[in-house]
Formats: sequence, C-alpha cells, structure tokens
Amino acid sequence: MGAPAPARRALVGATALALALLVALPWVAGRYTVYLTIQVLVLAIFALGFNLLFGYAGLLSFGQAGFFAVGAYACAKILLAVPNLLLGLAGGVAAAGAVALVLGVLSVRHTRIYFSMLTLAFGMMIYSIAWKWRDVTGGDDGLVGIPRAPLALPGLGSLALPTVERYYYVVLAAAVLAVALAHRLVHAPLGLALQAIRDSESRAEFAGLPVRRYRLAAFVVAGLYAGLAGALLPPLESTVTPPIAHWSTSAEPVLATLLGGIHAFAGPLVGALLFYVIKDVIVRFTEHWLIWYGAIVIVLVLGFRGGVVGLLARALGRPPEAPRA
Amino acid sequence: MLETIAFQGLIGLALAMYLWLISAGLTIIFGVLRIVNFAHGSLFMLGAYLAFTLYGQVGLPFGVAILLSLLGVGALGLVMERGFLRHLYGVDEAYQLLLTFGFILVLDDAVKLIWGGVFRIPPMPAFLDGAWPVFGRPFPVYNAFVLGVGVLTAGALWLLFERTWWGRIVRATAADREMAGALGVRVPRVFTGVFAFGAMLAALGGALGTPVRVVAPGIGAEMIIQAFVITVLGGLGNLRGAFVASLIVGVLSAYGTLFFPVFELFFIFVIMAVVLLVRPQGLFAR
Repeated sequence: MGAPAPARRALVGATALALALLVALPWVAGRYTVYLTIQVLVLAIFALGFNLLFGYAGLLSFGQAGFFAVGAYACAKILLAVPNLLLGLAGGVAAAGAVALVLGVLSVRHTRIYFSMLTLAFGMMIYSIAWKWRDVTGGDDGLVGIPRAPLALPGLGSLALPTVERYYYVVLAAAVLAVALAHRLVHAPLGLALQAIRDSESRAEFAGLPVRRYRLAAFVVAGLYAGLAGALLPPLESTVTPPIAHWSTSAEPVLATLLGGIHAFAGPLVGALLFYVIKDVIVRFTEHWLIWYGAIVIVLVLGFRGGVVGLLARALGRPPEAPRA
Repeated sequence: MLETIAFQGLIGLALAMYLWLISAGLTIIFGVLRIVNFAHGSLFMLGAYLAFTLYGQVGLPFGVAILLSLLGVGALGLVMERGFLRHLYGVDEAYQLLLTFGFILVLDDAVKLIWGGVFRIPPMPAFLDGAWPVFGRPFPVYNAFVLGVGVLTAGALWLLFERTWWGRIVRATAADREMAGALGVRVPRVFTGVFAFGAMLAALGGALGTPVRVVAPGIGAEMIIQAFVITVLGGLGNLRGAFVASLIVGVLSAYGTLFFPVFELFFIFVIMAVVLLVRPQGLFAR
C-alpha cells in the first residue's frame, strides 16, 4: 500500500485541488452543472460503499439498490412528517443500516455466485415492497412533494436551503465525510482483513480472522453508504419512485466502480465522475447511451480490469495490483 | 370454484412453458460452463423480436419464422462465447457476470434502436386459432400448443443428454472438464456448442410467445429475474429441477394473480431467498 513519496505528494495535491474545485463550483458553474455534480457525489458515495464489498471483500452484490431505496424512502417519509433535513438523512442511513444488518447476516452465509443471487433476491424483495405496499410507499406513484427541509443544527440555529446551490454544499459535506471515513476504514484493520479474506479465505481463517463477521461488517458499511446516497436524493428531486429499487439501479455503482477501478480506493470516486461525464457526452449524440455503456463495460472487463485509476497508476509507475484469479 | 382453480392451473402450466424454455438454457449453460448468463433474458427477448419481424412483418410461415429466429440467436450465442466469454475463463467469475451484464445493456438498447417501441401482437396462425371447452370455459388452442412444445422439448432434452453420444460428452465435460479434456473431448468446442444451444432454447421461449405476448424492450429484464428464481429453486445446473420449478412458479403466479395479486412478486423472491439459504443445491437435488 505504501506509495513512494513523490506519488504520495501528488495524490495529496490532487485531492486538495479537487476539493478546492468542488467548493468553488457554484460560483463558476451554472445550475445544471451543480445539479449534475450532486448526482456525481451521490453516485460516488453509493459506489464507494459498493466497492468496499466488491473490491475489498470480493463480494459482488446485485442488491445494493434495495438499501439505496430504503435510505431514500425512509428519508422521504421523515421529511414529509418532520421538516428537519438532518433527521431525514440520519433516519435514512439508520434504516438502511438496520435492513443491511438483518439481510447481511443471511447474505454472508454465501460467497461468489450464490451471494450475488441472494442479494439480487433481497433487492427485488425491497423493490416489490416499494411497488406494492401502496399505503406506505405510494405504490407506482411513489412519494411526492418532499420538502427540502432546512438544515437545523442543534444549538447553532437553522439554515434554509431554498436553492440547489445551497443544498449542493450539504451533499458535498456528506460526501467528504463519507470519503474520509471510508479512507480510515480501508486502512484500518477492517480493510486489510477484508483483502486478506478476499485473497485467500482459508489462509485468513487459519490466521484466526472471524471471516463471516468481517464480511458482515463490510456488508453493513456498504448498506449505510447506499442508504446515505439514497437519502440525499429526495430533498433534491422532491419525489421517490420504485424504479430506484430495481436491480438495474444496482448496476450504476457497478458501472462506476468498473470504470474507475476496482482495486483502488479512488476508483469509485473517479468512476462516478466519469459515469456522468461520459453519459452527458453520449446523450448529446444519441438517446441510446446504454448501448455505449454496455460496450464500455465489455471492453473494460476484457481488457482493462483495473479501470482508469489502474491505468493511471501503471502510467505513474506504481506496481500494478495483483490480478485476482 | 373448483373449476376456476383447475382452469387457472392449466393457464399457469402454459405460462410455465415459457419459463421452462428460458430456464432450461440458463441452467444448462451454468451446469457446463459454470457461468450465470445475465444476458439470457435478452436472448429470450431477441428471439421474440426476430420471430415477430419474420412472422408478423415479413410474413413468413409461423414455423419457419420460429426456426430462423432460433438460428439467429444461436449464432449470436456462438459469437458471445467465442469472441468474448472465452477470454474470461481464467479470471474471477465476477467478471464473467459483469461481461454478460454488459451484453444486456448492448442488446436491450440495440433492440430499442432497431425495433423502437411496443408493437401490436400479430394475428394467430390459422391452424392454432380458436379455443376448446375445458372445465366449461374456452381454453385457447394456442396454450395447448405451447404446452405441447414445452413438454416435447423437455423430452427431447432428456433423450439428448441421457441417450446420445453428444449428451454423454456434454455431461462428462460438466462433471469434470479437465478429465474430459484429457480423454480427448474438445472442451472449448463443447462450451461454444452448449452456449449457443442454451441461447436457442431461450430464443424458442421468446419466439413461441409471438402471437400471444406483447414484445417490449423490458421483457428481457423481467424474464431473467424469473428464470433466476426457477434455476435457484431447481438447483443451478439441474435440468430436471428447472422443469419442476418452472411448473411450480408458473402455476403459483397464475394463482397468485388470481388470489393475492399484491404480494405475488414479493413471495416469489422470499421463496428464492429461503431456498438459497436453506437448500442452495436446489429443491430437487439428488
């Protein structure tokens, strides 16, 4: 993990530059760009959690949209009842975490394809609840008229968020916190243990690691991140509808992570940006952007499994990550 | 009341045949190649679109249209395995899953690009039109035809795998590909053949629905989920299990839409999850 000093300095510099750009964005860019950047940040949070599960723990989940939806619906329900943004976000994250804990205990009994199938089934269960439990979720109409409630900080007063630009800073703060926390996590024993388990389960077991418990921890963290990402959407869009729970929504963090790079911490972040930039460019030429995304996925999987960050790292002379077999 | 139940069961059995045809291909491919083909639903969809064009628009005879769409999708399956999947047998299986996922995006959007939106269902071929009185209700002749095709396919597959030289080679490869290779089986060729064959089964399911089911770009995603449920219930790679599970799911969803439409979808996934947790080898493993 130890990068050579110049590379490390470059990394710190790049991070600072990216942060400065993000903070300055509403002053230099139009509303559409700000709106798009919120989407990028939300996807970045979503994909970061997903990659903790996939890149670090080696578990490919096709049910992450379920936790995303739990976060979104819980936040929406709270905001419709109590107009307090912080409460809504916290509630969304907590609800997604609780659901992830319950489903995680069951899911981590399996690995590989059986894990993927199980998470797919759980995700679709949540989808069918969102779709059919009309009294609570509004059925296929979804929940509408969700207020962008003011950000009330206890003891510090309340900040109204009438514009997209102001809400952008809430999302940015959440994303920075989420990224910093994830960075701590993957460099803490949790992240290292997960990689050890991914590379050789039996060796990790011999070393005395409680394999299943570590996997569960990764699963719950991924669920919390999906929940946070989901909870950030309703105050922006003012509606929540069932398609966000469908398995095809689970594909977005998968695509972003593949684009950016699976085995690099920054992979999902770079990937989330690329995801929207590429989509935005393709949509200018054709409404059929998915066909291009499919082609990109195929090319990446066949030839560039390290993603863009992997390519950059190789170009900068860092040793390539060990391929997984 | 009793007649309603029996009649609805019969409707469910016909529905089960579409599920069986798509699941059969999926489970055969998994059994031999150990790949879960996420794009299998898209192959089903492509079969439906091809048959629709050849029968409904070009005006070919129904049987010829079905046969040609099978061949078309089979050729596509051949390309998918030869040109793409083949390069990923050495790496983590997650990448194989992701590759077939890339195929979904390409195929689903390609269908929208080529065919556009939703079409009217073409007219029924004359010799399959009409209805028979069953339990005092009109049972469409076409449903009986679909049932016949499904059961015949099941029989043919059983004969193929249990009684022919080809079937024995495929079973040997599924059981132990290295040993089969050492004994002179050309394993890569078996893989290609099995994948293309599985693709044709999915296409048959899709093509068979032409005169009764609406073709729309979403049916691939809908069918693959149901096929997953069935292959899990039957046990991944278990053909007989897939047949029985198709009957169960088909009949259950026919009753489900009749008696408790609200929770039908939910329960199907509950069943899938429970089976994965309690009997991951499937309900019908020997």
